[in-house]
Amino acid sequence: MNQWQRRLAYWRRRYDITDVVVWLFGLLILAVAVYGTVRSLQTTTYDSKRWAQFVVYGISQGGVYALIALGYTLVYGILFMINFAHGEIFMFGAFGALFTALALDKAGYWDGQPVLSLIIVLLVAMTTSSVVAVLVERIAYRPLRKAPRLVPLITAIGASFTLQYTARSFFGSGLRAFPEMEMLKGSVNVWGLEIGKSHALTIVVSLLMMAGLYWYVQRTKTGKAMRAVAENKDVAALMGIDVDQIIVRTFILGASMAGVAGVLYSLIFFQVKFFMGFVPGIKAFTAAVLGGIGNIPGAMLGGYFLGIFESLGPALILEGLGIPAPSQLKDVIAFTMLVMVLIFRPTGILGEAVAEKRA
Amino acid sequence: MQNATIWRSTVKAGLLTGVIAIYIALTGMVLSLSQRPVIGKLSLGHVVYMLVFAGMGYIVARRHVGKTQRALVPVHGALVGGLGAALLALLPIVGRKIDLAWMFVTAKPNLYKFLLFNQESTALGIGYLILTGAALGAATATLPVLPPVLHQALLGGASTTLLMGVLAELVQRTILKKALGPLFAYKGLKPWGAAVLFVALSVLFGLYAWWRQNHPQAQRSVPLETGPEPAWKRSLKLGLLLLLLLILPIWLLSKDTYLNSVLNLVGLYVIMGLGLNIVVGFAGLLDLGYVAFFAIGAYTVALMTSLGPLGMGYSFWQALPVAIVFALSAGVILGVPVLRMRGDYLAIVTLGFGEIIRILANSDWLKPFMGGALGVLDIPKPEIFGRVLKEEYQLYYLILAGILLTWFIASRLYHSRVGRAWQALREDEDVAEAMGIHLVTTKLLAFGFGAAFSGLSGAIFAAKVGSVYPHTFNLIISINVLSLIIVGGIGSLPGVVVGALALVGLPELLREFSEYRMLFYGIALIAMMLVKPEGFWPKRLNVYARPDESAPETAQ
Repeated sequence: MNQWQRRLAYWRRRYDITDVVVWLFGLLILAVAVYGTVRSLQTTTYDSKRWAQFVVYGISQGGVYALIALGYTLVYGILFMINFAHGEIFMFGAFGALFTALALDKAGYWDGQPVLSLIIVLLVAMTTSSVVAVLVERIAYRPLRKAPRLVPLITAIGASFTLQYTARSFFGSGLRAFPEMEMLKGSVNVWGLEIGKSHALTIVVSLLMMAGLYWYVQRTKTGKAMRAVAENKDVAALMGIDVDQIIVRTFILGASMAGVAGVLYSLIFFQVKFFMGFVPGIKAFTAAVLGGIGNIPGAMLGGYFLGIFESLGPALILEGLGIPAPSQLKDVIAFTMLVMVLIFRPTGILGEAVAEKRA
Repeated sequence: MQNATIWRSTVKAGLLTGVIAIYIALTGMVLSLSQRPVIGKLSLGHVVYMLVFAGMGYIVARRHVGKTQRALVPVHGALVGGLGAALLALLPIVGRKIDLAWMFVTAKPNLYKFLLFNQESTALGIGYLILTGAALGAATATLPVLPPVLHQALLGGASTTLLMGVLAELVQRTILKKALGPLFAYKGLKPWGAAVLFVALSVLFGLYAWWRQNHPQAQRSVPLETGPEPAWKRSLKLGLLLLLLLILPIWLLSKDTYLNSVLNLVGLYVIMGLGLNIVVGFAGLLDLGYVAFFAIGAYTVALMTSLGPLGMGYSFWQALPVAIVFALSAGVILGVPVLRMRGDYLAIVTLGFGEIIRILANSDWLKPFMGGALGVLDIPKPEIFGRVLKEEYQLYYLILAGILLTWFIASRLYHSRVGRAWQALREDEDVAEAMGIHLVTTKLLAFGFGAAFSGLSGAIFAAKVGSVYPHTFNLIISINVLSLIIVGGIGSLPGVVVGALALVGLPELLREFSEYRMLFYGIALIAMMLVKPEGFWPKRLNVYARPDESAPETAQ
């Protein structure tokens, strides 16, 4: 056996053929993306102001993703399972907001007392989402906590569909219009950049909520208990922590964030539908994975990154490739990113080395 | 003290009954199913919410029997039913005062009227409702107190009669009409017909229960020590089954186009289910993007055979192997990136793949090749020996051939070396690898076989329907297939058929119900995992399992 054969044998032991295929696949996609970007930038269809607009839009969208992603990350951190129904919890929050807003609009408070109305709507949405989340946890997850891994995953998928189609039969299958608010029409000028008021509100509220959550998890007693349960359930129980209750509180915390996201989403798009939770749910999951699942700052970072990437992507990458109607493929970009992250860095940007069993 | 807890649990059950009944009423199921009479004037809408009272009464009685005096058990049942009905009655009371329709689209006056038995007076209607609830709860709660044979006879008779009433259309369109026709009205059973059927079926069930009671050894399936049944018995059974399957569409279903199209749909789902069963059931890899391979199979046949501008003019038989090979390669190619992933991540990535394929097929980008949102039209029907299979009952034989082929492959694979490797993989990946199983090939084989079956199903689907549209191939199909293998029993081949009949066939037959299909699937997934994780037709333990370790297997 000469030196080359030995070296080849060594590399073959070290790297599987599938690794090579996967890496080639990744390089291919990267090359296409880079080529598209270069071509797009050369053709200069958009001026710098338009690009800035894309980024701002992406940040406000990303705030919504980040808020939903927090729910995935919190639950994953504690139960090591993906709460598939989380997108639907977000959707129920939006419906709670819709009905409150409609009632307030009818009574004339919606434009008369906009700030107060917004706070009421936020509170109702958070409550609605929390109630749904607690129900899901109680019925679909808690009895199966000791079951094999595939079992809670299947009930999670079941819960997701049950909630989606419950909303469909309760609230109708069509789009329901969210009342527009006089206060949020028009735009504000920040450093020479026109930002829609609802986008500005989204950015501010999502940042505030995340700061609040971070403080809650890091500084309060419940937050401490949550971190203890995430570390080791049995030891936490020995330390006098009521594990079941902490899990419920975690679900409530995640669901409240999803409820807020539901309100913000409705204020951007002014429509609510039973199916609205599915795509944001998967994207927020992507964001959570991107940041490192189980990692709270990671989920926030991942949300913003995904929002900006998705908002820039069609114009930046796909248009350069000469693809017509690139915004149709917006979701493809997000899904491809999900696949790429899971293949090449399943621990995410900020994720610590998660044991392989979990991934 | 003991007594108080029992009463408390009964009251809790009653409240739960009410919540479930209100939920069912608000989903609109009650009203839309009221279009289908079951027995006389009793419609499926009535049956749906009354079954909640009856069922909960029965469950509570089953739990309480032995814990409290026998005579009190029906009282508990009546309390459960009555309390549930009283809670349900809150809906019309509140709804007639305050308009709820701006929130719940189904909360309209006609729902309240229906719930109150068409009574204009609210009080009278509520009285009827509570009485009905209490009576039903008491009636079913009496069953567990009765001697076992009587219990089973009445339960079996009543449920089968209801089922016959629900499936009246099936009876009237098939050969059964000749025997049972007079018992049925235009829709549903005639009241006296239901009575006759109930008595006859109860006697049959009673006799069966009595026979089983006296022959306890017949209850057990073939014990492991005696080995498999003799070959002649097996071949006889198989032959009879095959004969039945062959005469099914033309004789039993009297060449009825509608019933045969339902049957064909079930068949296509069976093929897909057998494929997904390999991936999920045998190898334990949860794949939610399964519809992608169905789409690839369908699009390959569509593009190769279509007579429209996009078609290439090949025949179905030329396109079929290509479709299967394409789907298989897609399965392997999409399998490579997910080799390292497990459980949740695998599920969500495959879901992403499925969505990517659908979005691509729908996009303007690929429109010149795949038709975009308008789909591919004018797909010719398959031709065999110069005869065009254009009727549904003719296509049935094509699908049956597909099922038999895939069934044969799946059952042989299960007992093969690869099959055992899959099962080892499902139980524990690390241990399997340590035992010398090559994870890459084993996983890719599972993905490949699953995808190939799905591609076959998609190919036949394209030819059967005659047109394909991208929006047909959404996540819902993947969820349907997953639900049916879980309801039937993960890893069990007959379970796939049971699941497909129950989850695809039944909703197709009850067209009013089809709107609630996905809701039903979602609930079925949760309920099965909670109550019966092994499914309705669980897979038989392997012959090489040691008897003392034959604990019931659950989903891994």
